[in-house]
Amino acid sequence: MSDNLVTITVDEQKITAPAGAFLLPVCLENDIYIPHLCFLEGMDDPPASCRLCLVEIAGESGPVASCRYRVREGLEVKTNSDEILRLRQLAFRLLVSTNDGSCRTCIANHSCDLQKIAKYLHQPLKTKRLRHIDRDYPALIDNHPFLVYEPKKCVLCGRCVYVCGQLEKGYKLDFAQRGMDSIVSLFGSELDPASLECETCLACAGVCPVGAMSSKKKWRSFIAELGLN
Amino acid sequence: MMQPMNSAKEKLRLLADSARERVRELKESPLPVIYVGCATCGRAAGALATIAGFEKALQENGLEAQIRQVGCLGHCYAEPLVIIQNPGFPPLLYQKIGAGEAGILVRSFLKDGSDPCYEYLIGALEADENFPTLMDYPRYLYENRVVMEHCGLIDPEEIDSYLAVGGYAALAQGLEKGGAWVLEEVKAANLRGRGGAGFPAGKKWEIAREVEKTPKLLICNGDEGDPGAYMDRTLLESNPHQVLEGLALAALAVGAERGLLYIRAEYPLAVTIMERAIVAAEEKNLLGADILGSGFSLEVSVFQGSGAFVCGEETALIQSLAGNRGMPQPRPPYPAVEGLNGLPTVINNVKTLSTVPSIIRRGWQWFRAIGTEDSPGTAIFSVVGEVEYPGLVEVPMGVTLEHLVLDVCGGIKDGKEFKAVQIGGPSGGCLPAALADTVIDFDSLKKVGAMMGSGGLVVMNEDTCMVEVARYFTDFTQGESCGKCTFCRIGTRHLRELLHSITLGEGSLDDLADLEELSQAIIKGSLCSLGKTAPNPVLTTLRFFRDEYLAHIEEKRCPAKMCRTLIAFYIDLEACARGCDACVACCPTDAIFTTSNRKKAIDQLKCVKCGECVYVCPPEYDAVRRVSPPEMIPDQGVEPLTEKEESQA
Repeated sequence: MSDNLVTITVDEQKITAPAGAFLLPVCLENDIYIPHLCFLEGMDDPPASCRLCLVEIAGESGPVASCRYRVREGLEVKTNSDEILRLRQLAFRLLVSTNDGSCRTCIANHSCDLQKIAKYLHQPLKTKRLRHIDRDYPALIDNHPFLVYEPKKCVLCGRCVYVCGQLEKGYKLDFAQRGMDSIVSLFGSELDPASLECETCLACAGVCPVGAMSSKKKWRSFIAELGLN
Repeated sequence: MMQPMNSAKEKLRLLADSARERVRELKESPLPVIYVGCATCGRAAGALATIAGFEKALQENGLEAQIRQVGCLGHCYAEPLVIIQNPGFPPLLYQKIGAGEAGILVRSFLKDGSDPCYEYLIGALEADENFPTLMDYPRYLYENRVVMEHCGLIDPEEIDSYLAVGGYAALAQGLEKGGAWVLEEVKAANLRGRGGAGFPAGKKWEIAREVEKTPKLLICNGDEGDPGAYMDRTLLESNPHQVLEGLALAALAVGAERGLLYIRAEYPLAVTIMERAIVAAEEKNLLGADILGSGFSLEVSVFQGSGAFVCGEETALIQSLAGNRGMPQPRPPYPAVEGLNGLPTVINNVKTLSTVPSIIRRGWQWFRAIGTEDSPGTAIFSVVGEVEYPGLVEVPMGVTLEHLVLDVCGGIKDGKEFKAVQIGGPSGGCLPAALADTVIDFDSLKKVGAMMGSGGLVVMNEDTCMVEVARYFTDFTQGESCGKCTFCRIGTRHLRELLHSITLGEGSLDDLADLEELSQAIIKGSLCSLGKTAPNPVLTTLRFFRDEYLAHIEEKRCPAKMCRTLIAFYIDLEACARGCDACVACCPTDAIFTTSNRKKAIDQLKCVKCGECVYVCPPEYDAVRRVSPPEMIPDQGVEPLTEKEESQA
């Protein structure tokens, strides 16, 4: 990346940005919201996996993920064409079609990115247009000493896997299984997580956009509170 | 001009001369030589038992003969295949030789020398007035074997047998003329990648060659995973040195110092054979440091893939090599620019690399003369399914599907009707017989919604339900999706659910619209080509076999009578034979009973529609009928035989 500034056009708005920066954060900084789940500020190599940040770019043959598209002089971007909107809405419907949709009893209620995106895309959080697919996992996996994981809420964005890998503390979250059975596995390492810095780190829980990965302590007190109300 | 004595070509000539000498000794052996096809397919068909049979019979009859293991000729329908070279006879090819037949061949042909056992004979490998030759068969006549020329004829474990047929001559030539020349030849030949997408190999090499970063890496992609496809396995097992020569030439053109063979671990024999081939080539200085004194070095090793279909995708393959979970990465950067560990990495399919030596040896003009203008060369298909002669077929690009299925592979089995082909594996499409005049090349297949793929071709007859075929392939891609991107992970699952409910007769017309909308979105929105091509079987069946979808939805009828929920079995009393009990014995749920006139009938409440009775009913009666929808069962007014009658009988 260089310090050269370039001018790009996003939805007819002229924007100045450093050449080579990723398009998604550039748009976000300029108050152009593009929905996204898997992207985190500072990623060198965004996974482009949630497919919510698709945009149209003049000269590209199809929609591209803005999270890892680098800006260059004269770029013409459309973030809100009918086709893009349809694709994003469908991607969103696909995501919620596999979720348990229990917002009221969820630790991330009101701070959940899915709720935010639903509002933006005018989509309900429980889709009627696709049948519900129940993932073949328990609602709660809590055999980690400091974390709880709720697979039915997970959107497989991989943020937790990314931050855990960045920290290089010997223990690493990773994906397991294939297809719809894909899941974040808490025990990819043979090491005992109790002996590691998970207790003080909890970075994975901090970046989860939907409340699928939480600090065990916080989760317990949240559940206790729910019980009281 | 005289070549200097120490040139690569001269060194190779010495190697080739001694190889030819050794092979001549074998060819002119006063003892018979028995070649047994022992690739994985041959072994599965019992080739090792055949060898044991030969050994035992030779010993019993006090005879001596050499037994050699060779690779695969590609004639799956005729395995185990044996070639016998008996002095005084041309080399003869025999089919379906088990241990018993091996004994007969030894006694009748090798011992007495009088009877070449015509009953097992396919033909002579060389023209001979006393025997039919292979060219008398359409299969051999129509094929054009370039890549598979020596498969099944040479010993894959013996480097001399490859050297003796001109092996590594292309490499020596390439080393003398340099990598830039090799690159230009392959570019001029317009060799397109045989892994499926058809990207020009020369172009890929050029991109990597021009990147300044070193060291560069050349990978041979042997992670073949399409259901029913086994071209790469056969090439690895039957002519490993051709792969290595192609790899070395590609590395030379790219300027790579390391070569890697990525072979799936489910191909243990291919792994062993390739590992041994690397050692043999290194011993002769055809790989390793300073190859043939040219100054060019190439270290080659084998890496075993751990069984994920998606690892055939370049970027996932690189992740897997790096020790990570095999998940595709967005491109760009393309691996040729920034691949494994950030270094330029060229990944070519086994077939692509196997084609390179002959291009270099015979020149790009020769290659361009085969096939079509935009897709020169040959295509290798593993033709499976309902054809008379399934197996590996190498035909020039540009032949029609009809020619491939009906002429080369002998047409449809059992006099059934040619209904469709599924070409290109789970990423490919289903084409109806009406489109059988479609020309086989990269672009024509794409136009009709299918793709060349890596060469899987499943032939189907009228008994195959196209909705079920779409469901099967969608189930496969869903199960092999890496789970990374939303469209592929969840989208293909929805496709599968929709297709499944249609096969159960629970679909609606809205489902068809949903299938199409989802498919288009998955194509546009997915991250890698696994997702981007996964809906092809759905879209092509919807396009060409919509009437079958409608029959399932509107009439609850499966026209191919395949979807279990929508069919029923009954026994035609006219055809059923008194006293025959075959079906009763095989029925797992005791649903078949004897009627008052001592014929058989099926209790529909007990029947689980397994279809076993169809298979066991003797062909002379052929009395079990399938109907769809189930209500079509005629009322035959059958009553069970009473116990009293039964005891009297």
